[in-house]
Amino acid sequence: MPEEISDLAIVVEGLTKRFSEVTAVNSVSFEVRRGELFGFLGPNGAGKSTTINLLTGLARPDAGRIWIGGVDCTHNPKAAQHLTGVVIDESNLYAELSGFDNLCFCASLYGIRKAEREMRARKLLDEFGLAAAADRKFATYSKGMKRKLAIAAAIIHEPQILFLDEPTTGIDVASARQIRQLIAALRSRGTTVFLTTHYIEEAERLCDRIAFIVNGRIVRIDTTENLLQPVKQKHLVQITYSAANGNNLEALPTLLAKNFPGLAFQALSPGLIQVSAEQPIPVGPLVRFLEEQGAEVAEARRMRPSLEEVFVEITGIEAEAMRREKEKAAGGAA
Amino acid sequence: MKRWIAFWNILSKDMRTYYLKPPNISWGIIFPLAWTGMFFIKSGSKPEDMLTLLPGVVTVAILFGTTSMLAVTITFEKMNRSFERLLLAPLPLSLLMLAKTTGAIIFGIANAFVPVILALFLADLSVVNWGIFVPTVILLAIVSTFLGLLIAVAAKKVFEAQTFSNFFRFPMMFLCGLFFPLSRLPVFIRPLSYIAPVTYGADILHGAVSSTNAMPYALDFPVLVAFGLLLFAASLWQIQRQWIL
Repeated sequence: MPEEISDLAIVVEGLTKRFSEVTAVNSVSFEVRRGELFGFLGPNGAGKSTTINLLTGLARPDAGRIWIGGVDCTHNPKAAQHLTGVVIDESNLYAELSGFDNLCFCASLYGIRKAEREMRARKLLDEFGLAAAADRKFATYSKGMKRKLAIAAAIIHEPQILFLDEPTTGIDVASARQIRQLIAALRSRGTTVFLTTHYIEEAERLCDRIAFIVNGRIVRIDTTENLLQPVKQKHLVQITYSAANGNNLEALPTLLAKNFPGLAFQALSPGLIQVSAEQPIPVGPLVRFLEEQGAEVAEARRMRPSLEEVFVEITGIEAEAMRREKEKAAGGAA
Repeated sequence: MKRWIAFWNILSKDMRTYYLKPPNISWGIIFPLAWTGMFFIKSGSKPEDMLTLLPGVVTVAILFGTTSMLAVTITFEKMNRSFERLLLAPLPLSLLMLAKTTGAIIFGIANAFVPVILALFLADLSVVNWGIFVPTVILLAIVSTFLGLLIAVAAKKVFEAQTFSNFFRFPMMFLCGLFFPLSRLPVFIRPLSYIAPVTYGADILHGAVSSTNAMPYALDFPVLVAFGLLLFAASLWQIQRQWIL
């Protein structure tokens, strides 16, 4: 085993997985350092969950190699399962058991003795704000509580590496926020976190490094800092408008581009234009021009350039469309 | 030791969550009682008939008790993905499946003794060779459970598992010499009897209760054990092939 592999939490080389005619994961290679929070970002069907399944032993690769915690588990995923905790994108604990009993049961699967698992379960329930619901059946928990308990269940055996598959999808804003804080806290304690998400701002806020995956292929891997570098100097303004007196404003983006050379215009949706430039954007003249063309400007807002621009530029996928699609599938919003 | 902690907790979780629930306890008692009562009345209701019926109703109780429960404990957990939690634990698949099936084996054994308890009041059971009867009940419960396991892992939904089970259970009731000797079956059907594990278990029970076994124990026991091993291995292979894609 090469020495560097033992120093890394996860090493993946040429990982490939096919389902009939579809190649869900296509020759994917990456490394995750110990203690790192690594983000796997991509739209629905990009291959995020399949990759997690391959890494955790819930799926078998067609090609490629996997090392977890320095252990080659390509053909024997059981060899490294004591090192990992996994939260898959559904809250799949036992509906009939209480929160406390669910945690104790999960700890027992790793051979933890009764007194120890009860102590850990109580500590985690406190830490996750679920102590008051400890004796309630899991079936009665809200979606956010279920997700938190699923994370607690995945870390009760104190794994070195935690796999989180879409941990905040489909839950309320407060729970999502709390889960992000818990993830950050786990990372600061030295746990390696492999996080899949379609929330770009979540990845930007939490991750040390991010891989963009589209159609089963990794299109870019870098530190969040490096990914943001090209857009750091970029200026962005979003203008919301409507047509006054039934004017036809379809040609507005073209007219704007013609009259404001040096600025780039993108119609995000009907009545919403994004303006980007390397230099500060003159908002006043822009608004006046729009009004002269028969538009009623409701808002002109300066935006902070974010990873979203980088993602859109690299993948060509609109982040908003990706989010809507996922939330529709999950039946909620974070 | 660590693995036994997991084994014990999977078993005790299943006992609490499934087997010790009032509907299952009542099913485990009423169902064998109903079968016993039905065949007893049909046979003429004479105490000596009870001894003739006992091997058949014990086998039916085991067969239905074990296979019905696995559709819930395995297929249901696979459907709602809580089974993945077990697959993600650092436990060998064989140990995990033994833990998941031990509850059904115990349930099947408990079901088997319901008609035995009823027979205590109706017949003289001093003629029964308990040294053969009890191990056979245990072995039959194991084999029947593994048959149920193979059906459960092949099914995608609970009702599918229940339906597949019936394809095996009902023919076995009539083909395996439970209530009338194999020699009375048409010759062209008889080969089917010999490929069903229940035939060998029921034969031993007939021997233990009334010395009317058609085959020697030296054949019945090894065949039953071989069926158990084969069914368990086939279930593990099926899980590896279908569940870990």
